[in-house]
Amino acid sequence: MSLKGIAGNSGDSVRSDCQVTYCPADSGGIKIELKSKVEPLFGDSIRETCCNVLETLEINHCSLSVVDSGALDCVIAARVEAAVKLIEPSDKSYLPELIPQNRLETTKERFRRSRLYLPGNTPKLMLNAGIHKPDGIILDLEDSVAPAKKYEARFHVRNILRSIDFYGCERMVRINQVPDGLEDLDYIVPHYVNLILIPKVETAEQILAVVKRIESIRKATGASQPIWLMPIIESALGVENAFAIASAHKSISSLAIGLEDLTADLGTQRTQEGTETFYARSRVVNAARAVGVQPIDSVYSDVGNMEGLRENVLRSKAMGFDGMGCIHPRQIRVIHEAFAPADTEIAKAKKIVLAFEEAEANGLGVVSLGSKMIDPPVVKRALRTVKLAQQTGILAQDWRVK
Amino acid sequence: MKMNKNAVGRMIPETINGKPIIPFKGVGKHRPEGNRHAPKLSTCIDYPTNGDKRVATIKDALVQAGAKDGMTISTHHHFRNGDLVANEVFQACAELGLKDLIWFPSASFPCHAPIIEHLKNGVIHHIEGSMNGALGRFASHGKMRGTGVLRSHGGRYQSVQDGEVHIDIAVIAAPTADPFGNANGVTGSSACGLLGFALADSQYADNVIIVTDNCIPFPCIPWQIQGNYVDYVVEMEQIGIPEKIVSGTTQITKSPDRLFIAELTAKFCEVAGLIRDGFSFQAGAGGTSLSIGIFFGEIMRKLGIKARFARGGSNKYLVELLEEGLVEYILDGQTFDLEGVRSMRDNPRHQNTSPFTSYNYHGKGNFATMLDIVILGATEVDVNFNANVVTHSDGYLLHGIGGWQNCLFGRNVILPIPLFRDRIPVIRDEVTTICGPGELIDIIVTERGIAINPLRQDLIEATKDSGLPIKTIHELKAEAEAICGKAKAAEFEEKIIAAIKWVDGTVIDVVKQVKQS
Repeated sequence: MSLKGIAGNSGDSVRSDCQVTYCPADSGGIKIELKSKVEPLFGDSIRETCCNVLETLEINHCSLSVVDSGALDCVIAARVEAAVKLIEPSDKSYLPELIPQNRLETTKERFRRSRLYLPGNTPKLMLNAGIHKPDGIILDLEDSVAPAKKYEARFHVRNILRSIDFYGCERMVRINQVPDGLEDLDYIVPHYVNLILIPKVETAEQILAVVKRIESIRKATGASQPIWLMPIIESALGVENAFAIASAHKSISSLAIGLEDLTADLGTQRTQEGTETFYARSRVVNAARAVGVQPIDSVYSDVGNMEGLRENVLRSKAMGFDGMGCIHPRQIRVIHEAFAPADTEIAKAKKIVLAFEEAEANGLGVVSLGSKMIDPPVVKRALRTVKLAQQTGILAQDWRVK
Repeated sequence: MKMNKNAVGRMIPETINGKPIIPFKGVGKHRPEGNRHAPKLSTCIDYPTNGDKRVATIKDALVQAGAKDGMTISTHHHFRNGDLVANEVFQACAELGLKDLIWFPSASFPCHAPIIEHLKNGVIHHIEGSMNGALGRFASHGKMRGTGVLRSHGGRYQSVQDGEVHIDIAVIAAPTADPFGNANGVTGSSACGLLGFALADSQYADNVIIVTDNCIPFPCIPWQIQGNYVDYVVEMEQIGIPEKIVSGTTQITKSPDRLFIAELTAKFCEVAGLIRDGFSFQAGAGGTSLSIGIFFGEIMRKLGIKARFARGGSNKYLVELLEEGLVEYILDGQTFDLEGVRSMRDNPRHQNTSPFTSYNYHGKGNFATMLDIVILGATEVDVNFNANVVTHSDGYLLHGIGGWQNCLFGRNVILPIPLFRDRIPVIRDEVTTICGPGELIDIIVTERGIAINPLRQDLIEATKDSGLPIKTIHELKAEAEAICGKAKAAEFEEKIIAAIKWVDGTVIDVVKQVKQS
């Protein structure tokens, strides 16, 4: 039997993807067999992309079979590259064009109320993810990718990071558990990822291993954009080490908790009320706040139950969390609404902000409201509340004049 | 053949199937004269005095109706993909050795794939009606001997009424009928709601055959089709597959992207002031359309207003709005689920309509023009807002026009469509086939922005500074191409495989044979 490299997916329910089969040859040049429903419109373009990838990888003879269901160029290129490299390892990479929007850098304090999980090897879910406007999208290399697909998913996620517009969402990637996940970093760090989620973290050393790898990739590639880290605590040991993990490195922006694995580790089951993980969640919130990073809650997995989700978010907010994960775009709005500040919070924050601005204008170092002095952290909190209210659309941008 | 350029710039042959045609002249420019077409006069003394017009089989009825080579035979799509009658009719024609027939369906569905055999073996010469699925593919490969003619539901009525199409034999499948030929669609195991698409055929065909699987003693009430027009009644074991006629439950879309477009559409209508007390709307049966109806309901509840009427295809969700009092009347062209059938049967505010009452060009008025909001689909739209519903960008004929062209006469016509489907941009420089001129299409709502036709300055004015993502159609096109790449145009052979009629009987475009690599 001859050697074959196969990457990608095909089948009746597959959309926006392709399956590429690479068979090496010693002579005969490049033979491409294409089956595509968009052949009359994009057949030439697909063949051209395949040839460009092969040329970059210095393949002169092979037969390539492509079964396409409307994949974009960046997806086709990822599939071809993965299929070839399964057989012929190479240092060369075919990188699709980086769209300018994806140079966007993010700040440590940015809102991270919602982050939408996208299975890292499923192109069709990526294309429109940004229109639903979560604060962040996660290209997931971990649990949502089958073990046999882990290799090709890296190329796919890399190309998606470069080519797909997420309309201003923070672009996050969840790598695999350290140490396996360290190799994932090679495919994302040079390609403008904004934030990396590190799953099943139990010790600060795991964070440092990630930081070290990022630094060495930066040195090798010259990548310099900020990359934030969000460790996910998913075990009893992780909970116990929450503070050490959160304070392991200055690039940590947020500390998340993952309740599915945690409840399993605790020998219990997840309930709507969440009493079984009350301690763990409190511990994570406390550790995050102690370090000054954002505490971030787990996902709510019943996508059909919007009321249950709303209750869950309100409880989460009341505990001190700043955000939670989503596994369906319809969850985003509910999460944003529930994390939005209440009217009384906004009213109070507005007064403080106005007092702060007045003090600044008058060159006063001390902010006071009536006879009360306002401490700087309270001012900071108020500024954040106002900004959040504006972003949620419940407070006008020009509220000062209205 | 000599070709002439019509008013939308498409090259149109002088004849189709050997008959001269009139190129599209522009919206509202064609005013044919003369009298209505008339079927041959009948005399009641030629019919049984006991009122029993039953004959044993479809084949017997065809023989008695004088079926001959070259005749035009019509059927209807009330049973949608669950129709068992049309295939039976042409099987009988084949057994009778008939040749060169013209099939004049109100629409075809994938279940009609067996018709391909009759096109191949000469029983049917060509189809004047929609060609979907396998039939469309067959025609697109240039394998049909004659040229297909596609008409809107209203255009079908127009062509029958002004004599452009003379129906020799109409075969009407009826869920319930009596031996005299009175028939309806609201009862019986194949209940489909109404029989509006067959109304013209019953009145204008030389011979009318009713086929039913639920023959009841005279009188069949309501008589949506009147027995006075009917020549023969045939009983068949089963005329339709109920679960394919109407689905027991209609599903709103679960696709977050479609829901997004639906919600954006409803929001646009609210912001633009189109949703106000006493307004009217039409929403179709597609997942996105259904969801738009639900969002309209939410907005009406919030504003404390109601709609005077909604135009169906009705379904469970529209019926809920009717029963809640948010919609005062449903004027229904077809029922899409069992709740729709029930409501039409039991609720006097749920009125059945035919293409005649709704949007026939030869009517004395047209109530499509009174609809405030019309929601429609399209396979492609071009930068001049011209739209295509019959072919895909690869050139294949795959859909019928349905009531789409007729509904374009609504006051605010909205096409909620994705910016691209499987990499194929929906907004093009030029559509593959023009089915509706851009001047009648007001708003394109995509997940990445809303384009308003520049002819509608009022809407542009009403929605500026609204926070809605209003863009130009050129911006949307550029955005689609940035994502998908620029698609090549499909390539065609010279052979014309179908003509696309406008609502007035003129030809707005033609479809050519697809070039196969």
